[in-house]
Amino acid sequence: MFRRYGQVTALLALLVVQVPATLLSFAMLFLAIALGMVFLFPPQVRMVRRLAELNRRLMREWTSVPIEAPYLPKPPPPVPGPDGMYRSDRTLYKTPRVPAWNDRWKWMLTDPATWRDDLWLAVDPMVKTLLLPLFVGLPEQGLRLYALWSDLTLGATAASRLASQVSHLKRTRNLATDSQAAEMRRIERDLHDGAQARLVAIGMTLGTAEQLMDGDPAAAKALLAKAREASSETLTELRRVIRGIHPPVLAERGLGDAVRALAMDSPLQVRVEVDLPHRLEAPVEAAVYFAISELLSNAARHGGAASATVDISTNGPDLRITVTDDGMGGADPAKGSGLAGIERRLAAFDGLLALNSPPGGPTTVTMHLPRVLPDHWSGDLGRMPRWKMILVGFLWATAWCPTFPQGFVAAIFKIFQIDEKTWFLALHLPGPWQWPTIIFMILLGVTMHTMAIRIPATHNRDRWLAEATPSRLWCS
Amino acid sequence: MNRVLIAEDLYLLRDGLVHLLQAHGFSVVGAVESGPELLKGLLELRPDVSIVDVRLPPTFTDEGLQAALAARKSVPGLPILVLSQHVEQLYARELLADGSGGIGYLLKDRVFNAEQFIDAVRRVAVGGTAMDPEVIAKLLASNARHEPLAALTPRERDVLEAMAEGRSNAAISQRLHLSESAVAKHTANIFAKLGLAPSDDDNRRVLAVLAYLNSRG
Repeated sequence: MFRRYGQVTALLALLVVQVPATLLSFAMLFLAIALGMVFLFPPQVRMVRRLAELNRRLMREWTSVPIEAPYLPKPPPPVPGPDGMYRSDRTLYKTPRVPAWNDRWKWMLTDPATWRDDLWLAVDPMVKTLLLPLFVGLPEQGLRLYALWSDLTLGATAASRLASQVSHLKRTRNLATDSQAAEMRRIERDLHDGAQARLVAIGMTLGTAEQLMDGDPAAAKALLAKAREASSETLTELRRVIRGIHPPVLAERGLGDAVRALAMDSPLQVRVEVDLPHRLEAPVEAAVYFAISELLSNAARHGGAASATVDISTNGPDLRITVTDDGMGGADPAKGSGLAGIERRLAAFDGLLALNSPPGGPTTVTMHLPRVLPDHWSGDLGRMPRWKMILVGFLWATAWCPTFPQGFVAAIFKIFQIDEKTWFLALHLPGPWQWPTIIFMILLGVTMHTMAIRIPATHNRDRWLAEATPSRLWCS
Repeated sequence: MNRVLIAEDLYLLRDGLVHLLQAHGFSVVGAVESGPELLKGLLELRPDVSIVDVRLPPTFTDEGLQAALAARKSVPGLPILVLSQHVEQLYARELLADGSGGIGYLLKDRVFNAEQFIDAVRRVAVGGTAMDPEVIAKLLASNARHEPLAALTPRERDVLEAMAEGRSNAAISQRLHLSESAVAKHTANIFAKLGLAPSDDDNRRVLAVLAYLNSRG
């Protein structure tokens, strides 16, 4: 209780900072917009955001209302063009300063959250004053109500969540297409410098052999043997390229055996534990395989390890891979090992990589790929309970009865004044009850049909909504 | 002695193999192109030797290998020579796991050298083994950290490698330009260092070496 009073007092005491800040910020806003002193706008926004963030944090800590920040993601730093210049709209700049400032200004100006913050700042003192009686009488409820008000003005909206998700997807898509393109270039180079060149050489050797065939059969035979040898080398070369594109064992056996094969060929003593009931999707398999391959070769090359453990397991629809080695540790992703490449590869699947490598070892890399397993074997598909299945069956079996005979057919009989009553309930009732009964029957039938369709469809709604949105938009 | 079954899905290669084998006096009793057909052929025709591609329809995964393993499970020692575009220790170990002979595992490129290839087919047909040098190199590499192998002299290693590929003493002496008695001496040394029981039978000796390599790494 006393704690609540303390919190309420602190909240009211904040007004001492808030009111001058409000006046200052609106003065700055006026100068920025009305007098064109645009340089005042970013500091104003930063100040308001800091106040808003303080409010969000206090509400998160004091009440159970989690208020997410609604801001759009910051614009990325400007990237120089091929000529080393920075472009902002149609103007080129030598330094990134002006384009960066432009991006920042646009980012703040176009974010609706900026204006919602200002609205909160303007109205908040009034809200606090209005809530004063409640703060004094029932501080618990008062704080809660205040938190709801904060959430309304400072919380994330569906639009802001979508916007941040779009920007996240855009980033991961760019990473995926970039690494794809880099792969393609590497393969092209390998084929161009390797197999293709060798085939040209073989063709030339065969051509010479053809010419020599009549004049010097012995030399021709030697050349043919050379051509055969070269074709064998070309095959070896192609095998190496194919391994880099998609290892044949992976295609033939799936991730588990491919990693086992990798372990056998590794100079380390590798223990592999795989707990996968079925095959993963091909892109996931490939990404995980190359990640493990990279980690094992890192451990052997840089880490000086003698043994390693690879563990692949599932947790519901998530995939978790742990690679541990007994090397000297001290791995640093910033030092340009293959870790950044692995992260890029995993980013396409919203995958995360956690590295724990204290100096002296051991090094543990954990990779987590959320929701990459097909639902039918993640086990949480959730069959409908028996009573629901029986209900749906019953609805389908009986819904026709009120709709057609008792509803529409009875209505037609009534409209055309047919004297037959047969088994239509409505026609046996006294006159004033007949139409209401017919309408009730039709409505009942339609409702029953709707329920029969909706119950199975809504049964797994949460799951498929969650699946349709990678970062749990609706589940928060 | 020379009834042979071929399983290969690419027409050109299948046809080439048929011609090659016929030219060397084999009679081709069947040329199939899918996993289920292969298993049926292996069990019903009981060919003297079969040449099997690892990757076959319908799934284009390791149908051929699975069919070969299944057939050898019900008919132990059924001679099968497995061909593939790539060799894996994993597959070699699976093929060798039952410890019986009459097994081969070669890269498809080895077909280029008809003489050696036919030699390998004959070896498998009589219950010997034919392992690709690349497989043996990998098996030896993953055994390299074990004490006994490290104690071999380079010459002994060469002999071990040739022996593991499935060659007889005579063939090894020819390849390494050694006298047969020198090869015999080397093999005796190798067996002593690896702690294996000596044997005069070529096939049994090869199997012992492969089993040794397979049990580790």
